[in-house]
Amino acid sequence: MIITNQRLESFVNSPVMEMNEKIQLKKLASKQSIRVENLDVYIEEQHILKDINLTIPEKSITCIIGPSGCGKSTFLKTLNRMHDETPEVKIKGKVYVDDENIYSPGVNVIDTRKKMGLLAQRPCPLPMSIFDNVAYGPRIHGLKKRKAINQTVIQYLQYVGLWDEVRGRIRSSATRLSIGQQQRLCLARGLAIEPEYILGDEATSSLDPISTKIIEELFVKLKEKYTIILVTHTLRQARRIADHIVFMYLGKIIESGPTEEFFKNPKKQLTREYLSGSFS
Amino acid sequence: MLIKQYEEKIFKVIMICAAMIILGLLLYIIGTVFYKGLPALTLDMVTKLPGGGFYLGKEGGVLNAIVGSLYIISGSLVISLFISVPLVMYINFYLPPKSIFASIIRFSLDILFGVPSIVYGAFGFALMVYLGMRASLIGGIITVAMLIMPLMMRSLDEVTRLLSRDLPYALLSLGATKYEMIKVILRQLMPGLITAVLLAVGRGIGDAATVLFTAGYTDNIPASLNQPAATLPLSIFFQLGSPVEEVQNRAYASAIILTVIILILSFSARYFSSKFSKNKI
Repeated sequence: MIITNQRLESFVNSPVMEMNEKIQLKKLASKQSIRVENLDVYIEEQHILKDINLTIPEKSITCIIGPSGCGKSTFLKTLNRMHDETPEVKIKGKVYVDDENIYSPGVNVIDTRKKMGLLAQRPCPLPMSIFDNVAYGPRIHGLKKRKAINQTVIQYLQYVGLWDEVRGRIRSSATRLSIGQQQRLCLARGLAIEPEYILGDEATSSLDPISTKIIEELFVKLKEKYTIILVTHTLRQARRIADHIVFMYLGKIIESGPTEEFFKNPKKQLTREYLSGSFS
Repeated sequence: MLIKQYEEKIFKVIMICAAMIILGLLLYIIGTVFYKGLPALTLDMVTKLPGGGFYLGKEGGVLNAIVGSLYIISGSLVISLFISVPLVMYINFYLPPKSIFASIIRFSLDILFGVPSIVYGAFGFALMVYLGMRASLIGGIITVAMLIMPLMMRSLDEVTRLLSRDLPYALLSLGATKYEMIKVILRQLMPGLITAVLLAVGRGIGDAATVLFTAGYTDNIPASLNQPAATLPLSIFFQLGSPVEEVQNRAYASAIILTVIILILSFSARYFSSKFSKNKI
């Protein structure tokens, strides 16, 4: 199973690899859609999300903004069914991903999660090497050929711009990377399971400005192929990279629309107050 | 201000004293054992079975007890690992965080942990009588497994609860099943698991009361699970009970052997633990 760095290196420089870079990343489903209908979420007796109706535009970045505790992260977790792990959470309503309600009985939760690449607030590398971190997803989803695994790992590490930084120590522990590198590794790891959607839960909030910039640029690059939904705390970030903004307050969607329009012409009083910084 | 400085100084002295008492106690015990046992510790002690009249000062060694103890502790470790790991994973990752069932299990473990070892011995003995078994290696293994399981489970449970929730979350969001998730989590928990095993070994290998009725005692090395097995604590006990001074000193030599076995196990476990957990978060 273990291959030496040299072999990996020679593999990268082989014609196969060059070919592959041209082939680009996996071709994704041409139609991507997330549609949320009448979604209500309760945690114990608390009504966290109230009657959410939302359509996420495909192949673009949608930023969900709002003050702390407004239900942004809870909403994000409903999209990859992470609430399944907490029995206190009750979910009513429908979430259509690729025209399939992921909450209808019979839907395989693993398939749903495979479609969603998640980038969490703090990078959490798996307790294994850099290589194995990226290879983990493809391996558990059935990729066995060593060549294919090598190819996937290198491809995604290159994609997030980490390959050149780690190529000499691909077998060393992922935890030795800086936190910004770890977050990019987590992104590569998420991309390696070939999702269609990318969810970011305040993915840059623990990073320094330079790492934040790198991650933001990656998101912009990724939206050509993926539909991206980001929860963010910083309005400036939303303004920089989002195509669409959803503003939530106390579990409700107050206003949503294209970024330009949203920031220039907020329609609701509450939105204007939030944007002007009256509350946060 | 002055009072704060005194406070600081007094507490510092108290803490240093506490550390010294523990260290002194340890040195005193080890010192006594080595002082009395070292002269009696010969190669024969570890390589020979007790000959006729060994307990009266004639020649022989405690190989029977060394091998018996190792058999019993390894057997009971295997049994308790196979029960402890699934149990701890179940109550931590399959049951909801506020599960009443999990609290009941933790509470039961705390009670079992506090049960004196002689009670386990008596219980094991009663069980064996009921099943029509005689004092045997397998009886000792099962009883010692019962003794060390609560300790192992509880210490593994503690480290598992301290584990950051980010890791399971990250694994599940990659589409891992719970079983796949647990395999990765166990790697992360490896040092904690090793600690749990070491604590269990320490308690199990040194205990005399559990094996007194269940494993019995013999001057031979058991050839099957149904034969009685000697153990180091019992060997020490019998030798100390001898009126011959030479035999008493051999008891201390046996104690050295027991201590060294535990030390070797600890160091090798620590070594492998750091080897296995080089990728730990």
